[in-house]
Amino acid sequence: MSKYTEDDLKIELENKEYEYGFYTELESETFPIGLNEDIVRAISQKKEEPQWMTDWRIESFRAWEEMIEPKWANVKYEKPDFQAISYYSAPKKADPNKTLDDVDPELLEMYKKLGISIDEQKKLNNVAMDIVVDSVSVATTFKKTLGEKGIIFMSISEAIKEHPELVRKYLGTVVPQRDNFYAALNSAVFSDGSFCYIPKGVRCPMELSTYFRINQAGTGQFERTLLIADEGSYVSYLEGCTAPTRDENQLHAAVVELIALDNAEIKYSTVQNWYPGNKEGKGGVFNFVTKRGFCETNAKISWTQVETGSAITWKYPSVILKGDNSIGEFYSIAVTNNYQQADTGTKMIHLGKNTKSTIISKGISAGKSQNSYRGLVQISPRADNARNFSQCDSLLMGNNCGAHTFPYIESKNPSAKIEHEATTSKIGEDQVFYCNQRGIPTEKAIALIVNGFSKDVLNKLPMEFAVEAQKLLEISLEGSVG
Amino acid sequence: MLSIKNLHASIGDKEILKGIDLEVKAGEIHAIMGPNGAGKSTLSAIIAGNENYEVTQGEILLENEDISELAPEERAHKGVFLSFQYPVEIPGVSVTNFMKTAINETRKANHLEEMPANEMLKVIREKSELLEIDRKFLSRSLNEGFSGGEKKRNEIFQMAMLEPKLAILDETDSGLDIDALRIVANGVNKLKSDKNAIIVITHYQRLLDYIIPDFVHVLYNGKIVKSGGAELAHELEEKGYDWIKGEN
Repeated sequence: MSKYTEDDLKIELENKEYEYGFYTELESETFPIGLNEDIVRAISQKKEEPQWMTDWRIESFRAWEEMIEPKWANVKYEKPDFQAISYYSAPKKADPNKTLDDVDPELLEMYKKLGISIDEQKKLNNVAMDIVVDSVSVATTFKKTLGEKGIIFMSISEAIKEHPELVRKYLGTVVPQRDNFYAALNSAVFSDGSFCYIPKGVRCPMELSTYFRINQAGTGQFERTLLIADEGSYVSYLEGCTAPTRDENQLHAAVVELIALDNAEIKYSTVQNWYPGNKEGKGGVFNFVTKRGFCETNAKISWTQVETGSAITWKYPSVILKGDNSIGEFYSIAVTNNYQQADTGTKMIHLGKNTKSTIISKGISAGKSQNSYRGLVQISPRADNARNFSQCDSLLMGNNCGAHTFPYIESKNPSAKIEHEATTSKIGEDQVFYCNQRGIPTEKAIALIVNGFSKDVLNKLPMEFAVEAQKLLEISLEGSVG
Repeated sequence: MLSIKNLHASIGDKEILKGIDLEVKAGEIHAIMGPNGAGKSTLSAIIAGNENYEVTQGEILLENEDISELAPEERAHKGVFLSFQYPVEIPGVSVTNFMKTAINETRKANHLEEMPANEMLKVIREKSELLEIDRKFLSRSLNEGFSGGEKKRNEIFQMAMLEPKLAILDETDSGLDIDALRIVANGVNKLKSDKNAIIVITHYQRLLDYIIPDFVHVLYNGKIVKSGGAELAHELEEKGYDWIKGEN
């Protein structure tokens, strides 16, 4: 068989003759730029997906074509050119069956620089990790331990092949294909992501963790995560994101779906530090993410996020409280510096009786950044005795940044109790001087004050993440004062 | 220990200190008294390095080294401590965490290893007993929701922890009831040694019944207009500040 190159692929796609060439092994891992039905098919075929999956993607693509980009967020940016992005890229030598020892040492080095050595994570933290580098899983650990409990934790691509009944049953049930512009795009072109299933009554014995990376220039990343906690089960899932310096903007449009069946509990924690762009606001990741959870009776879903990265963040991890007595929680720290813009918050949709939700949002703005909290608390007519407590605090540094709060409350049931508290404060010169006087230099003083401000949320993170998150807050705000 | 020579300082265009001379030796307690607006708090802020004030003339020597160009934290690392008249609140940062950070930053600046956690706990226990501080207090957010007395006691606790060479107590007696005053004063007296020096800034003579100064200086209109021993404080209390104002 003659060597098949990227150029050949391009020519094939241009000539729309892909059908004849796609079962061939490709040496090139990046697809040509642009998006059309053929590319969608190509992704599906490259991943050797079953027909139903291909159809699902095509359906999503057709929906996406009819949709327009949302404009309501409080962010300003140049619209990405969706035809200038490559929709599939895999790192060289990637093989899902490899063990950690087989992983490219350069990749491991990259993680080390980011302070996330896999070995350390594995040995010290008792964390099983499914690492996603540019769309393809390169290492999966602790599979055996999890397997003994019947826990399924693998890449979504594998899950589509190995557990099609589960994927097919739940994919798109929480975030439908046509939910929004970016969710539709993701549904059409998602490259990889994680899948997790916790069987009935099982308490997952370790924190499950995924680190995402974007490492090839000009590639979009479209992760898809599906997490199902069956009746009476419990899982804590950590998601961390880091991206290296890139000049051009990169698009990240992920979808995360959580399903907590009766009496199940899911704790989902995220640390996001995608490349935020440089000091002049050039470059950086566009992070347009749809995250949503679905609670059945007595179930609980808790979102905790520390957002320090991305040039633009558009993200509202939400909970649909369908079952009676179900609980939704959202704890968030969003830091913006320089020219970053964040429009983030949550939606708590109360459908069941005695449902409860808690929202604690801490926004920290520095430099010339804009930080918005946008939240919806919705109480349906059937949701008797629903309760919500929201607290939105903003901390400003300097005189050129902005903090905004857009809380939407819609109550259609008179028995609902909804509380909303909000504060805006500024780091005072007097606070900094006080710290200085005690021997604490200004940068450290700011970090201390910011950590104090964020404490309610940091406390909700699993231990090993909390330390990393604190470091991240410090790094993100470096150089933000005089 | 501290030697201030011909110190002039202003905020904006307004000159507040108009030529201060002050010599403080190790083992001494100096009191600086004076009416409102005399420049007492300005003097303490300038010694500590508050950058809102501009030193226009003169020098501040700490152990024969000019510190007037140093950043506030560098002065702190050299052993300057200011007990604030109005201590600030830092929500979410516990007293213990704050002290741990302050001590370790100071140690780092002086090329010392971080203080081991068990030693830190031991010192905290000792010093909190010295100042009759309930240890639950130490896990509360710094100054948040503290009563006036708690804030001042916390300042002296920090002084005890940091063991400064030069401590300036700015109006530490304000907002204290008589019991708190006694506890704070006792704490200060216990911390006093022949190795350190203390400057007590106060409006009233009351605190000086508990912390007996070696020298009393009267500050008026940006200058020290009168100096004397502890008896000067009593004389001032008797005659009032009009006495000073009349003479100047």
